[in-house]
Amino acid sequence: MKTIIDMHSIIKSFYIGLPNELEILHEIDLQVYEGEFISIVGQSGSGKSTLMNIIGALDRPTSGSYVLDGEDISELTDNELSDIRNIKIGFVFQTFNLIPRSSALRNIELPMLYNGLGMTERTSRAKELLKMVDMEDRMTHKPSELSGGQKQRVAIARAMANNPAIILADEPTGALDSKTGELVMDIFADLNKNHGKTVVLITHNTKLAARTDRILTLSDGRFERIES
Amino acid sequence: MLLIENIKLAFEGLFANKVRALLTMLGIIIGIGSVLAIVTVGNSMSASVTSDMSSFGVSNINVRVTQRNSDRHMPSSSLNENDYITDEMLESFLNMHGEKVESVSVSKSGGPGTAREGRKYANVNIIGVNDGYGAVNNVAVQNGRFLRTDDIKSRRYVAVVSDRLTENIFSKDVDPLGKEVRIDDGLGIQTYLIVGVYKYEEGPFAAFRMFMGPRSEETTDLYIPVSTQQLNSSSVSGYQSFTVMANSDTDSIAFSETVKDFFNAYYKNNARCEVSANAMETSMETVNSMMGTMQLAIAVIAGISLLVGGIGVMNIMLVSVMERTREIGTRKALGARNAAIRMQFIVEAVIICGVGGVIGVVLGFAGGYAGSLALGFPGLPSAGTVVLAVLFSMAIGVFFGYYPANKAAKLDPIEALRYE
Ligand SMILES: Nc1ncnc2c1ncn2[C@@H]1O[C@H](COP(=O)(O)OP(=O)(O)O)[C@@H](O)[C@H]1O
Ligand SMILES: [Mg+2]
Repeated sequence: MKTIIDMHSIIKSFYIGLPNELEILHEIDLQVYEGEFISIVGQSGSGKSTLMNIIGALDRPTSGSYVLDGEDISELTDNELSDIRNIKIGFVFQTFNLIPRSSALRNIELPMLYNGLGMTERTSRAKELLKMVDMEDRMTHKPSELSGGQKQRVAIARAMANNPAIILADEPTGALDSKTGELVMDIFADLNKNHGKTVVLITHNTKLAARTDRILTLSDGRFERIES
Repeated sequence: MLLIENIKLAFEGLFANKVRALLTMLGIIIGIGSVLAIVTVGNSMSASVTSDMSSFGVSNINVRVTQRNSDRHMPSSSLNENDYITDEMLESFLNMHGEKVESVSVSKSGGPGTAREGRKYANVNIIGVNDGYGAVNNVAVQNGRFLRTDDIKSRRYVAVVSDRLTENIFSKDVDPLGKEVRIDDGLGIQTYLIVGVYKYEEGPFAAFRMFMGPRSEETTDLYIPVSTQQLNSSSVSGYQSFTVMANSDTDSIAFSETVKDFFNAYYKNNARCEVSANAMETSMETVNSMMGTMQLAIAVIAGISLLVGGIGVMNIMLVSVMERTREIGTRKALGARNAAIRMQFIVEAVIICGVGGVIGVVLGFAGGYAGSLALGFPGLPSAGTVVLAVLFSMAIGVFFGYYPANKAAKLDPIEALRYE
């Protein structure tokens, strides 16, 4: 099987004023295979989001090597990283992060806009994605007119806009009740099974984590053990 | 593609927060509006002054008895009989320099009065004039004639009146020529024969007449022979001032020196008074340069207002960037390049300033038109000026939007996403 995320000895530290340097991630090794659905669990502050940001090319590691879909991304420019986020990665956040002034449709179009797609193409793809998450009747609604679960469904549709290889979700059910959380989890499972997406999920919910192929536990910046 | 979307987005943002947008634009609106209004009114003012002056004639030379060593005109009350320019002086002037002179105009105010015909009356300003007055001051006689030399010589009781006056005191089907009017100058009532009717020109503020009472209350000038006027008033003979109209071959500025020297010869022994002679052409140059200076000063003030407006836009853009920190982080996570974020905010600033500019143009149009209408020379800014004004305000948007936009573009995506 093809390794889509390949990390070796990733260290991330923050300068919190000299001479203190705070190492958050200690020599992380991580291999995720194409089409895998994994979950990362761990206590708050253990470095899950920090790791996720590096996986998603939002942040650069302090040291270590990271090959994403066959491409070493540690040497890329800001613009190249932007393009990777745009095309290869789909982010889903705990707080949804929809653009408040834009409709559901326009939110979904956003990644395609940055990818240079024309309007007709954008709109038809966005409508398709809305249908996929069962939200086609909420096309013109603003985020403030949607419930938490609906917002997250729009956000997932947006993450899928440019048909990325990887979906990264950082506690996507953290702001939802458990029933809605399950429904959102169903969508991720569907993306993984039926659309071939590699999904990396951060969660606190062990029940949801149990639905994934593999659970990684992060503790103080190190993986505890790898279950398979 | 992105640009169109950004323009849409900017307009959405604008309409979502109208009051704030309007307040932000205010500086630009005032700046652009006042520049446009001022340019329009300034042009109209130039046109009005130029036309006023050329209607009086650029070849006119105003001659006046003034106090020695003083710039100020002296009040006529401080002159005595010996200080006035006499008809004899004028006669010998014409004998000597007549070939350079088109005409000479003298006038003496007889003060306010009323013209009556039956029970109807009209307010008038009685002015005693000579035969040259009509030509020098462009009195537009429509019907009949202006006063003639023999009217003056024979001290006739004849008058030239305005069409307003005849409309007010005669019925429509009556020809006022040859009709008599009784003129009350406050000292007594005399009967005059109407020999001419001139077309009354409304003053520059005629547009505001609604504030000045009805048309029939209007006071118009009524001309009678200056010699006749003297018969009925206690005023001394002679003039404190008069106007020489040089003929078209004469250089009026040079000739004004000759005129001055000629009359000053009579005042050699007068310790208090002398004669000054000013060519209209000189005053016109002065007025033009003064107006240029004024426009420049106002342009500087408008420029400062635009600068302040621009800083206001920059301030609001900085606030807007801060408010939308999370949005910026999200956009970056979704793959927006720094340049795309920068463009989004610059476009927003340009739209704010551009819309402000357009509102300013509309207000400047209205203000400029109203102002120039009041001056009697209604004018509108040219299309080029309008386009320039809007483009300039958009340029202000680029200039003052760049710093906030760049700040947004350089935000760290993770910190932006964590921003509360
Ligand atoms: N920019 C930063 N500067 C300093 N410390 C940071 C920064 N970002 C994260 N941290 C620290 O790194 C640790 C891990 O944070 P995070 O990855 O958000 O944890 P998690 O997502 O597992 O709750 C925390 O102790 C946090 O305070
Ligand atoms: Mg976290």
